Amino acid sequence: MTETAILPIPLSGQLINLCAALMLLLGFAMLAQRRILTLINLFMLQGGALFASTVIAAHSTGQHHLYWSAAITLLLKVIGLPWILHRLIRRLSVKWDVETLLNIPTTMLIGIVLVVISFNVAQPISQLSGTIMRATIGIALACTLLSFLMMITRSKAVPQVIAFLAMENSLFFAATSATYGMPMVVELGIALDVLVGMVILGVFFFQIREQFDSLDIRQMEKIKEE
Amino acid sequence: MNLHALFAQLLELLLALLLAPVLVGWINQCRAWLQNRSAPPLLQPWYTLNKLFRKEVRLADNASSLFRAAPYIVFSCMALAAAVVPTLSTELIFSPAADAIALVGLFSLARVFIALAGMDVGTAFGTMGSRREMLIGFLAEPALLMVFFTASLISRSTSLATIVQTLAHSEFVIYPSLAFAGIAFVMVLLAENARVPVDNPSTHLELTMIHEAMILEYSGRHLALFEWASSLKLFAYSCLGIALFFPFGIPESSGFLALFTAGGTMLLKLIGGGFGLALIETLSAKMRVFRAPEYLGTAFLFAVLAMLVHLLLETGA
Amino acid sequence: MIELALVLTIPLATALVLALWGHRACAALINAGGGLLTLVAAGALTCRVINEGNLTLFSDQFYVDPLNVFLIALTALVGFTTALFSQPYMRVEHDEGKLSGGRLRLYHSMFQLFMAAMLVALSTNNLGILWVSMEAATLTTVLLVALYRTPESLEAAWKYFILCGVGIAQALFGTILLYFAAERVLGHAGGALLWTNLSVVRASLEPTILSLAFVFLLVGYGTKTGLVPLHSWLPDAHAEGPTPVSAVLSGLLLNVALYAIIRCKVLVDGALGTHFAGNLMMGFGLLTVVVSAFYLSRQRDIKRLFGYSSIEHMGLITFAFGMGGPVASFAGLLHMTVHSLTKSAIFFAVGHAAQMAGTKVIEDIRGLIKRSPTIGWGLMLGTLAILGMPPFGVFTSEFMILTTAIKHYPWATPLLLAALGVAFAAMFGKVQEMAFGEPTVKPLAHNPALLPVFIHLGLVLMLGLWIPPYLADWYRQAAQLVGQG
Repeated sequence: MTETAILPIPLSGQLINLCAALMLLLGFAMLAQRRILTLINLFMLQGGALFASTVIAAHSTGQHHLYWSAAITLLLKVIGLPWILHRLIRRLSVKWDVETLLNIPTTMLIGIVLVVISFNVAQPISQLSGTIMRATIGIALACTLLSFLMMITRSKAVPQVIAFLAMENSLFFAATSATYGMPMVVELGIALDVLVGMVILGVFFFQIREQFDSLDIRQMEKIKEE
Repeated sequence: MNLHALFAQLLELLLALLLAPVLVGWINQCRAWLQNRSAPPLLQPWYTLNKLFRKEVRLADNASSLFRAAPYIVFSCMALAAAVVPTLSTELIFSPAADAIALVGLFSLARVFIALAGMDVGTAFGTMGSRREMLIGFLAEPALLMVFFTASLISRSTSLATIVQTLAHSEFVIYPSLAFAGIAFVMVLLAENARVPVDNPSTHLELTMIHEAMILEYSGRHLALFEWASSLKLFAYSCLGIALFFPFGIPESSGFLALFTAGGTMLLKLIGGGFGLALIETLSAKMRVFRAPEYLGTAFLFAVLAMLVHLLLETGA
Repeated sequence: MIELALVLTIPLATALVLALWGHRACAALINAGGGLLTLVAAGALTCRVINEGNLTLFSDQFYVDPLNVFLIALTALVGFTTALFSQPYMRVEHDEGKLSGGRLRLYHSMFQLFMAAMLVALSTNNLGILWVSMEAATLTTVLLVALYRTPESLEAAWKYFILCGVGIAQALFGTILLYFAAERVLGHAGGALLWTNLSVVRASLEPTILSLAFVFLLVGYGTKTGLVPLHSWLPDAHAEGPTPVSAVLSGLLLNVALYAIIRCKVLVDGALGTHFAGNLMMGFGLLTVVVSAFYLSRQRDIKRLFGYSSIEHMGLITFAFGMGGPVASFAGLLHMTVHSLTKSAIFFAVGHAAQMAGTKVIEDIRGLIKRSPTIGWGLMLGTLAILGMPPFGVFTSEFMILTTAIKHYPWATPLLLAALGVAFAAMFGKVQEMAFGEPTVKPLAHNPALLPVFIHLGLVLMLGLWIPPYLADWYRQAAQLVGQG
């Protein structure tokens, strides 16, 4: 038995790996969560993990533009969007439990399968990458697919949107881990799109509720395939 | 050298036997404080054991010899388990036997006997308790094994001593996989030791009890042995948690000084761990029994994730 | 330089102006004026590119070559005619009380913003910006689709947003992978997302990453193109939004999404040296054509009918580009043009027809030609054109696609022919009943804007009979670029 088979990963790399693992954990927690308010808090935590990993990456590699991207993450995903969501929830007074279309253990099992798939898919990419975060690409992809799954299995509008935002988080993470982030212009553009999209959706929530008396997507069966 | 190991082993066994009820007492005290009740004395479990040992044993008419043997078997399983887990030192005479899988086997041996004993007399409660115990054990065991596998993958060995050596004495490395495994382990610990989210050890509420239901028919020293065994089980699990997730300070040698400091750090960690356990129990509400499979499924999921994360992140490209 | 700046800033400026005064009576005129100015600027840009060749502008962030300048010109043209059409259409909607002044303001400014987003998407050299502007175009159209605020339109907009949001997230992942592959060759500071740089080094990009990236990009942008199985937002969005929006969605947005796929395909082909990307596109395209053709016959809503027809044609174009080679690419580009023109013309006619009948249900629209011969014949001719009847341009491009398929992929031909046949039977029967028969519709209060319909159909007819030499030349250059240039 060899004493240790661990590659010498630097401390910052280890911390980033820890953040990545946390993101995955939070992804699963969101998938399993039944309450909307907790869901928003989990989303906020996920943003926090993303922020932390970006800052660590920026610090350890000297890629200064990553500080900016971390700042965007902090402002938008840790403070801004959760605040907007909290306000929306209060104004819409939807604190009730989240309903799922599939039962949660099944969802979790599918989630595990997705994780295995994405780890396999990401393996060749990670091997080619030169960043200290290369191992986390698989986790980023897994998070993306988990949010995707959450989007499919939730029947209410607000959780769907949170899933959408979590997917955006994971993609940001993927970009940071594979290549130390996209060019600044692109990141700014993406952030702007997300913010505008969120505002539009906020307006939508009210209109949907006005028209359907509920935020349940299953109510939306007016349009039928003939 | 060998004498040292023998001494360390004996000391560890003795400590386990003595401290296990104290740990339970400490957790009960913490819980009482956290719930704004006045706390029972720290040694209360010892007083109870003392009282029970003095009492006469009453047996049901149709109790078989298995019923009488079960307390001794369960107690010796748990005492062995507590002795095997390396807490004071990794150099013990039982170290070669301290295999993670064997440990799980030891726990399940005890479980089988306690469940059989529960059904032996043929009361409704005993049978129900055994059934639930086996359900929980059936679900918790794979999760526990997965946790051990993750640790074994890191240290490339299923021997507990090697695992602890690798984790405690190689240079400081963060293992994200152990974070997942840790969560899974705590969940299994709570379920296996009949703690709050799954079972409530301090009530005899018919509908929800699991562990208490099985030993309802026992009295006197038999009951005392069961109580002692269950506190030993908690102690063994706590030490296991410490050994796997906070192994710093467990020495490789069995010198007197080393043992002394190791004993001190172990005590501190147990105090902290017990408080944490009490905190979790206070903060969470008892689950319905039907939710237990989901709860343990989640634990299993975390353990599997731990393994996957280890394979992805820590083996490197 | 100045031309491109104008092409991009005019719609933005118009959007700003309309955000302030979009509810006034003159708003529709401002809207059309902005469209006209954009068209003129796009025309000037086109002349410039024809005379001087490819342009890279604004520190390499924008790039104009034959492929995108032709789409820019087309977008500007259809944008202008749609603005013309929306003037009387929106007036009717306003008079009938379906839309308030505030909604009209939202409509006008979002329309121009949508144009701006698409023009940026077409002219940018940065694949990241391409993604960002596609997303911006999605957001503006979400608002446009939900303009009526009825339960149906909200549902359609929600579905549109969620599906395209998911799709476009996949495209973002693809873009990240692409950037990742490029960064290994070009370095971090080397503008690794700029298409001009990428196309130079495309042969040295990592094949495994690029093939994975292309799968994500195709699924992502394919959702926006309306490829089966991710098409289900498209008929809803087309049916529930205002008709001018259906026209630009069908005529322009789908093209832009397809343009993104084509750009990526060029890179992937260069890196892989195999027909992997082409095969994927052919598979998706063929599936789309066949599935949508069978959906056509089940439609009872006239706008959904033509929505499915758009899906079908997008599948056909994807198939054409998937086959590759100069002829098929030429046909694909031509088909993009004629489909845009014809489909928007049809939607103009359909919009007025639905207003006359007060419903979108096909069974309740009868006798269009008797009440308003121009609208009736416009719809009839447009449908004949889109179904590929000979004098029109759609026939030319479909003929070229089919002959290429017969030559290189004979197994696909029966499927294509069957699908086209089914589509013909389904649509012709329905539209014929609407155009002829006992009138159930009443005349419009205002004069319909039929100039755009006949301009478009005239152009399509011309392209079917005679493609001007410089236009053919231009297509050929673009086809060269796309088809393994």
